Formats: sequence, C-alpha cells, structure tokens
Amino acid sequence: MKINFVINKHNVTVDVDPSMRLLDVIRNELHLTGTKEGCGEGSCGACTVLVDNIPYDSCLTPIANVIGKEVMTIEGIRESKEYNVIADAFAKMGGSQCGFCTPGMIIATYALLQSNPHPTDEEIKVALSGNLCRCTGYQGIINSVRLASQKGEKND
Amino acid sequence: MLPEYKTSVTKVDNADKMAGKAIFTGDIQMDDLLTAVSVRSTIAKGKVLDIKLPELPKGYYFISAKDIVGENICNIIFDDWPIFVDKQVNYLGETIGLIVGEDKGKCLDLAAQVNITYEEETPVFEMVNSYIYKEFTKGNPELFKGAAEIYSESFATGYQEQAYLETQGMIVYFDNDVITVKASMQCPFYIHKAIMRVTNYPENKVRVIQPAVGGAFGGKEHYPSLMGGQLATALLKIRKPIRMIFDRPEDIAFTTKRHPSRTEISAYLDKHKNIIGLNIHVHIDGGAYKGCSGVVLSRALIACTNAYTFDNLIVNGDAYCTNKVPSAAFRGFGSPQSIFAIELFIHHLANHLGIDPLELRNKYMVKQGDITSTNGIFRDPIVLKELRDKAMKMSDYENKVKLYSRPGSNRGIGMSWFLHGCGFTGGGESDIIKAKLRIKKDKDGVVTFYTSQVDFGQGNRTTLKRIVVDTLGIPEDKVIYDAPDTSLTLSTGPTAASRTIIIVGGLAAKAAQHLKDIWVDGEEQEIIEPYVAPNFIHWDEATMQGDAYPGYAWGVNIVEVSFDPLTYQIKVDGCWSTYDVGHCIDERIVVGQADGGIVQALGYGYLENEVAIDGKFRQRNLSDYIIPTIEDVPELETGFVDNPFPYGAFGAKGAGELTFVGGAPAIALAIEMAIKHKVNKVPANPEYIMELLSHED
Ligand code: FES
Ligand code: FES
Repeated sequence: MKINFVINKHNVTVDVDPSMRLLDVIRNELHLTGTKEGCGEGSCGACTVLVDNIPYDSCLTPIANVIGKEVMTIEGIRESKEYNVIADAFAKMGGSQCGFCTPGMIIATYALLQSNPHPTDEEIKVALSGNLCRCTGYQGIINSVRLASQKGEKND
Repeated sequence: MLPEYKTSVTKVDNADKMAGKAIFTGDIQMDDLLTAVSVRSTIAKGKVLDIKLPELPKGYYFISAKDIVGENICNIIFDDWPIFVDKQVNYLGETIGLIVGEDKGKCLDLAAQVNITYEEETPVFEMVNSYIYKEFTKGNPELFKGAAEIYSESFATGYQEQAYLETQGMIVYFDNDVITVKASMQCPFYIHKAIMRVTNYPENKVRVIQPAVGGAFGGKEHYPSLMGGQLATALLKIRKPIRMIFDRPEDIAFTTKRHPSRTEISAYLDKHKNIIGLNIHVHIDGGAYKGCSGVVLSRALIACTNAYTFDNLIVNGDAYCTNKVPSAAFRGFGSPQSIFAIELFIHHLANHLGIDPLELRNKYMVKQGDITSTNGIFRDPIVLKELRDKAMKMSDYENKVKLYSRPGSNRGIGMSWFLHGCGFTGGGESDIIKAKLRIKKDKDGVVTFYTSQVDFGQGNRTTLKRIVVDTLGIPEDKVIYDAPDTSLTLSTGPTAASRTIIIVGGLAAKAAQHLKDIWVDGEEQEIIEPYVAPNFIHWDEATMQGDAYPGYAWGVNIVEVSFDPLTYQIKVDGCWSTYDVGHCIDERIVVGQADGGIVQALGYGYLENEVAIDGKFRQRNLSDYIIPTIEDVPELETGFVDNPFPYGAFGAKGAGELTFVGGAPAIALAIEMAIKHKVNKVPANPEYIMELLSHED
C-alpha cells in the first residue's frame, strides 16, 4: 500500500504493508538510523519520534497511523536552533554516555521544552519516564534538561 | 544548583551521538546484507539425535557444527563452550545452528520449522555440582577452636541483566580475503582470537573493527566471541555479508548475566566480643559452561572481607555447573556478591552483639599497611575515614539513623563502604594480557596512537586521548586516536576489570613520555611500549596468595529509602557517594560512571528481579525485567577525596566497577531500617519484603 506522510519537513511516499512499524519504515526504508530500537515493545523510548509534535514510540506505531501526519526524527530535530541548546546542555552536563538512548532522550526533551519551557523537576521526570538509560543514572540527563531550560530562557 | 566541571573537556564522541549520527552495528548500511537468526535448543539437557530441515528456498542456508572448518570451541579461559551444539545440549536455548538469508521474517519462519529430535537427560538447575573450587586461609584458623561463640548467617543474590540499551549484534563480511567483523563488543581481540580458531584463518586475515557500542557493562566481553565463531562459519560457506542482531527477548533469554550467589559467613568470637576470625564460603551459579566463572569466583573470594581487616580467615568458594545460560562478566565481577554479604553480616553481627554497627565496622576498617585477605599488603595511603566522614556529613547520616530507627518510622538509611581492586586479578596483566601500546608520529608532528580499548559510553576515548595530549604538551588536533581496529593496533587487552585508565592509561602516558623524550622534528618516529607490572607485586595463582591487584579504589555509599507498608514498595529518597579513584582526570566523566554505577546497583538491590524456572527466564523484556527509570532515582550527590595513585596515569585509578559494588548493601541496610527486619537477599523487592514481614506475625 502506498503511504504518504511528512518526514522531517519532506513529503514522502512509501509502498509498504500498512501494519509495518513506523520504526522499520524510518530505519529500513528511509535509512534514517538515528532512531534506535531498544526493546521493540514500548518500554525503552530509544525509538522516540515526534508525530505532529507529540512523542511516540515508533516501535508501537503502525505506519498507517501516520498517514498525512508530520513525523520528526532526530535527523530533523538536529536542524533546529532548539537542538543546539539541548545538545550543548547534554554535552556540558554529561547527559550522554553510550549514546544509544540519546536521540530519544533529546527528542523527549525537545517536546517537553516546546510545550513547557520551564519544567519543574517533577515535570522533567514525568516527561522522560518512558525513556530508559542504563549508563548515566539519569542525573546527567536531569541536569542537562535543567540547563537547556535555563539557556532557552535566555534565548527567549 | 547545576554542577561545574572545571577539569572536563568535551567528549570526542558527543556530537555524533547526540545528533543520531553515530553508527552502531544495526545502523551499518551494506549491499547484499543477509540476516542470520538462531536455531536454539528447546530442552535444557540432552543429546541431539536428528535435525530435520524444512525445504530451504534458494538463497537460504542452514549453518551448524558440521560447517565449522577449524575447532568447534569458543575459548573463554576454558575450552568447554562449543560454537554450535554438536551433539550435547547443556542449556535451554543453546545455539544449534543459524538460518541465514535475505529476509529476516522468512529466516524466522524457517528457523521455527527446523525439527530437532532429542534424547532428553535430567537437567540440574540448583547449585549442587561444583566445577571449580578455590580456597585460601589467612593467619591461624586453629584459633577458631578457642572461640566463645560462633555467629553464622547466609546471604543470597540473584541474576542481573546487563540491560545495555543496544542489544548484542554483529556484522561479518569479506574485505578482499579478510574476514572483517563489526560488532557491539568490549574486546576486539577476544573475537579476533575466537574467529581464528574456528576458521583456521591466520592473524592477518581476520580483522575486527569497533563501531559505536550502546553499553556493555561486561555483557559484551565474552558473548560476541561466540557470535563471531557462528557468523564467521556462515561467512565462509555463504561468502556474503551477514548481520545478526538479537531482539530484546532473545538477548535477555540467551546471553550471559551476573552470577547468582549464596554466601555463608561464620564469625568466631572471643569472650570480649572480639572477632577472632571469619569462615566464608561463596557459592556462585556458573551455568552450563565454566567460561570466566573461575575468575569471577576469585574476585568474589579476594573481596570477601571487603574494606575490613581480620587476622584469621578460612575462605572457600565453589562455582557450580547448572543447565542454564552461562553466567559471565558484569560490572564488579563477583565482588558485588561477596561485598553485599559481608556488609550485611557485619551489621547483623553488631546488632546481635548489642554493639553500634558503626562502631564495629570502624574497629575493623582497613588501614594502610594492613594485610589483605590473600596476605598481600595495602601499600598505598587509604583515605576511607575521610570518605566515610564526608559521606556521613553530606547525608546527615547520624541524625537520620536516630530518627529512622524509632519504632513506627517507615524510613531507613544505610551505608556501605568498599574497595575495588583495579586491573586483572593477580598476575593477569603481566602473565596473560601483556599489553603493548603503539604510538607513532609523522613528519608533520601528528601523533597517532592505538589501543584495543572500546568506549561503550564510559568516556575512555576522551580520557585516553587527553592523557597523551597532556603528556606530549601538543594541541589536541595533533593527536589522532580512533576506535580499535585489530589490523592497526596491538592488543592493549580487553576493556574490562576497571583496567582501562589505571593500566592502559598508565601505558599511554609512559609511551607518550618516551616519544617526547626522543622527539625529533620532521622525522617519523614510532614506539612500542610494553606493560611492566610494578615490581613489588607478587601473586601465586595456585595458592591465591600475595598481592591480588596493583592498586585499590575505595568508596562509600549512603542510601535513604521510604517504605510503603500497604504496597510493600520501596522508594529511594536520597543517595550520597564518596570515592577515592586516585585523581579524577575528568570529573564529569567520573561522575558519569558514579551515577550510572550506583543506579545499576540500586536496581540490583531492590528492583531487578530475574528468575529462571526450569532453566527458562521468566522475564522477557524490559517491561517485566524492570530497571530503574528516571522516576526511581533521587538526586545523586557525589564527592571525591583526592589520593593520587603513583602508578597510574596522572594519579588515576579505576572507576568503572567501584561505583557498582556498594550500592546493593547500602540500599539493603536502608530497607532493613525502614521495614525493621533483617534482609539477607537482593533484590529486596516487595515480594521478598512481604515474605519477611509475614513470618513476623
Ligand atoms: S524500541 Fe520502542 S520503546 Fe523500546
Ligand atoms: S547513554 Fe547509554 S543508555 Fe543512555
């Protein structure tokens, strides 16, 4: 079946089974490998992408669900100026170690700060609770989001 | 307040990892890439009588023991683990063969249709058949006979899954006539050696290159060698690039994990409540093949008195053969099990004797010059008192103990202190690893150096480079240091045992210094620097006597929890840690190790439950094997006491494993205080707590 959607601001049409996972379309059909698979069942958040600006686990999303919608992966996010603030904060605060969870973490952070530029610690934790990290113990990630939020403020 | 990392530099791999540009094994694009999936045994023990294959469409292959050109052995210290099952199955899910072909779905279908007939044998799942035994004594255990009292307890720890976010994966292909491997791994030369043996290819015809690796923690130390043997066998037959990536359920079910353990400790006491000595027996579940279980057992035994000095000891250990997935390396490598036991034991003993636990612990705390459990010497200055005092102050420990010990309080605070020997046990570095580091400079003064150390997130690529840059005193862009490639680097050993900075970092500093000493502008120069152990280190493996490690790193963890008596849930409210890692070269990186280590250890202590029933793990994925999420973790506060180590690079010791070993006892002690009941097992999860408290009524 031909499926039309927008990825990282470009229109695309893919000819795949409508039940195919969005994750597989992104990685295998469009060769955008920044989106990762850590569990394949919605537990880890490594596959997080934005669908119409809301974070989704792309491993649980059939491609048919994004027909006509706007999907953003890390390859799109990294072109934004907000990304630079977030990535810089992750670098300064040690928010990334092995890097496998990192694109998902950055997307979850991006989505949070878009809707809530000055989150409380509780709000940060809730927003990132679907994203597992086995390396950092999360402290570096929390600090990164705090710093990105402060820095974003100065840019406002 | 956000921390300021004044001593830190930008990590060399940050930019790519954040932008999603870092290429992990699963991200590699290649033409004609085939997929491999495993055909696994469906019984835990027995003989394979017959394998019936479905009809294989063109371009689909079945690869098994019959296809192995060299030896069907994956050497992990011992020669007992086969690459593919030949006849004998020893654990559920052991690899019998691979189905290889273009479409993964089709491969899976075909694999499910392979029909295997077995002659089943009775498997053993309990720790009854010891296949490795070790023992040593210290002082004069004869004195135990004069004891006025003997106090004994037993402790248990469970399996733990490394749960690296990137599952195991590997690609093999021919580059001209060279078998080339890219994989999620820790030890390129282990894979290199394994493949040579399986294929009979010479050293220069096998090449292992490291792509980005998404976490390892010990779990990718040995297992990739097995995959390497399997895939290289398939490559020789099919001669097309092949990739195998495990999905999470496969990774959890069939790859190596932390050894479950049971530790029995008896204290022999004189009539003044002094400890004459201890008798300690550590039992670990090694699984179907020995692998590195003997070394894990050694570390568990050497660490069994932790940061205490007792004059008289009897120490025994057994590793048991069970028909389960082999247990293998995981951050801490045996010491978390025995340190958990001794930390709780001392506490329980103090309570039994009516002494303040802190007082008893202080009395036996290790001091510089003390004799180690194996009759070596703690030579270097020990700052454990400072670490203890600093952590107690950061956490307001003493007040909280008073407050939370009161009846009716559902809160608790627990403290552990601990050591970790850096580098390989005993003579491992000089006798087995024999690291050599190559550094060269071209005519333009650009320096390149090579190691076999894998950066799977720890930050060692950044720190090793910095050691060389700072030693040479040249700009950073004049030094090239890439991820390992066995065709370019000599072996500087595996990325394991907290040896990277203390051993390889030390070697890199020495090599750079030698290059600096002979530096001539405009000339090509090269140095090969061999590792030389400090000459005071003497170790006898057979008797387990002497200096087990070149140096020790130290730490204190304090954990605060609250307990919900209705749901039996534990919440972690606070966590404070202090460490002596010698000198911190890059504070942000070391804090990263500290945070990541303690959170894995807290998971081990109260959350991460992995249970095998009849050899089958009940937990399938990250939805039922629960690791800490961001919501489970309190603000982590970490401090350091500087204590430069004379033999490492810039005074640094190891930090990777140290940060893991104390977490479980600290949280277990906190839980004890909160539930007002002794804890003898981790994970101390709600089921276990319920079991403990139900016995009270
Ligand atoms: S891969 Fe989608 S949530 Fe884990
Ligand atoms: S950085 Fe490795 S999983 Fe988060």
